Amino acid sequence: MSEQYTYAVARIRALEVSLFSGSTIDQLIACQSYEQCLQFLEEKGWGDSETSGNAEAILTREEEKIWEVVKELSIDMKNFDVLSYPKLYHNLKAAIKEVCTEEKNRHIFYEDVSIPGSVMLEIIKERDFGKLPAHMQGAAQEAYETLLHTRDGQLCDVIIDRAALDAIYQAGKASDVPIIRDYAESTVAVADIKIAVRSQKTAKSIEFMKRAMAECASVSVDQLSKAALAGADAISEYLLGTAYAEGAEALRTSPSAFERWCDNRIIQTISPQKYNAFTIGPVIAYVIARQNEIKTVRIILSGKLNELPDDSIRERVREMYV
Amino acid sequence: MSIWSNLGLVYALLGAAVAVFLAGAGSAIGVGIAGQAAAGVVTEDPSKFAKVLIMQLLPGTQGIYGLLVGFITLSKVGLLGGGAATLDPQTGLLILAACMPIGIVGLISGKYQGMTSAASIGIVAKKPDQFGKAMLFPAMVETYAILALLISILAVNAVQI
Repeated sequence: MSEQYTYAVARIRALEVSLFSGSTIDQLIACQSYEQCLQFLEEKGWGDSETSGNAEAILTREEEKIWEVVKELSIDMKNFDVLSYPKLYHNLKAAIKEVCTEEKNRHIFYEDVSIPGSVMLEIIKERDFGKLPAHMQGAAQEAYETLLHTRDGQLCDVIIDRAALDAIYQAGKASDVPIIRDYAESTVAVADIKIAVRSQKTAKSIEFMKRAMAECASVSVDQLSKAALAGADAISEYLLGTAYAEGAEALRTSPSAFERWCDNRIIQTISPQKYNAFTIGPVIAYVIARQNEIKTVRIILSGKLNELPDDSIRERVREMYV
Repeated sequence: MSIWSNLGLVYALLGAAVAVFLAGAGSAIGVGIAGQAAAGVVTEDPSKFAKVLIMQLLPGTQGIYGLLVGFITLSKVGLLGGGAATLDPQTGLLILAACMPIGIVGLISGKYQGMTSAASIGIVAKKPDQFGKAMLFPAMVETYAILALLISILAVNAVQI
């Protein structure tokens, strides 16, 4: 038991009240138009005075708000590595592509991470990879040289995404907090399954898959890539023998049902944290729940913008934490 | 006046100190834990101040119980009236033993009541209308502090001086 998170957990409990429940999401889907959805979100306190009417700005502001709260809780940010690595590696990928292709696109960077866009860009421009965290250095150099010499953007992506998965898995393993370990394991396994499914659809080689997939305890890279080579049914069959058996069912239904299952599984993993009063678990769970909420709202907004029927939006909506 | 010739009084005074010190420490720990949780809730929702303040104060009673037993003990041995009684070591030890229940139970129950209060503050944060039910959980821990208080008072009073 640790009292150091008592303040943080109580504050998170107060914040959980404003998380969207399933019925709030239903109300959002029931809005007649995209504009009404934005108005509904603003009435719920989303965005701020500068983001009015701009969906992307509202969602970005909400993402920033999560990290503003977390920083105020005086918790070691190392605990949030598993959640921030995807953004950090995204910045690396974006910086390498910008430097190698000389295309300027400033708004593609995340600014609320330990290495914001401008700093990352500077490091890559000067090829000063030693300034990056140890887990990034090798992948950054390899991806940079690969893109420079081969101009193969996909290979560059594969190298960095794989390094991100390895870093998440290592951060999870190094943590003594069960929810972080579970989240890292689940994230890496689900990413491997997604790679297998997409590689099977685009007929990628087994070498490509093995290069892209990261090792983890609950899924065997070797067996999964062999299954992907054999076909979609073989992937489902393999998954039936793992902890991701329900994913096999979703995979048979549709790719969007599978993506939805992946996110719902994470929410189910963190759900018990609602009843935990003293550990860091509820704080991590809140961050994941907020990110899931923002993702769901983004799905609904893009559905509304493209005038999709409500039922087909509802199919894609994720489970809510509260 | 040598300390050795008044060992009985020393033991009795030690008893009063144990009651006040341990039970007070338990309350301080408990109120501290609950206070952190209360501060967390008030940061986001200041309107819940009154409710969480009551929750925070629940573990504070152990300290008062310890103080009460301390007073009774001091009064019993005549230290409050000005004329200290002459006690043999055996009687002094009996008074020390009589003070132990509220001291030890106060320390442990104060800490755990604080933790329960902190958890219940989480209920108030999410469902303020369930305040009554939320308050019952830390109140349950109080039962054992009251039992210890009862035994300490009965035991101190039962010692013949």
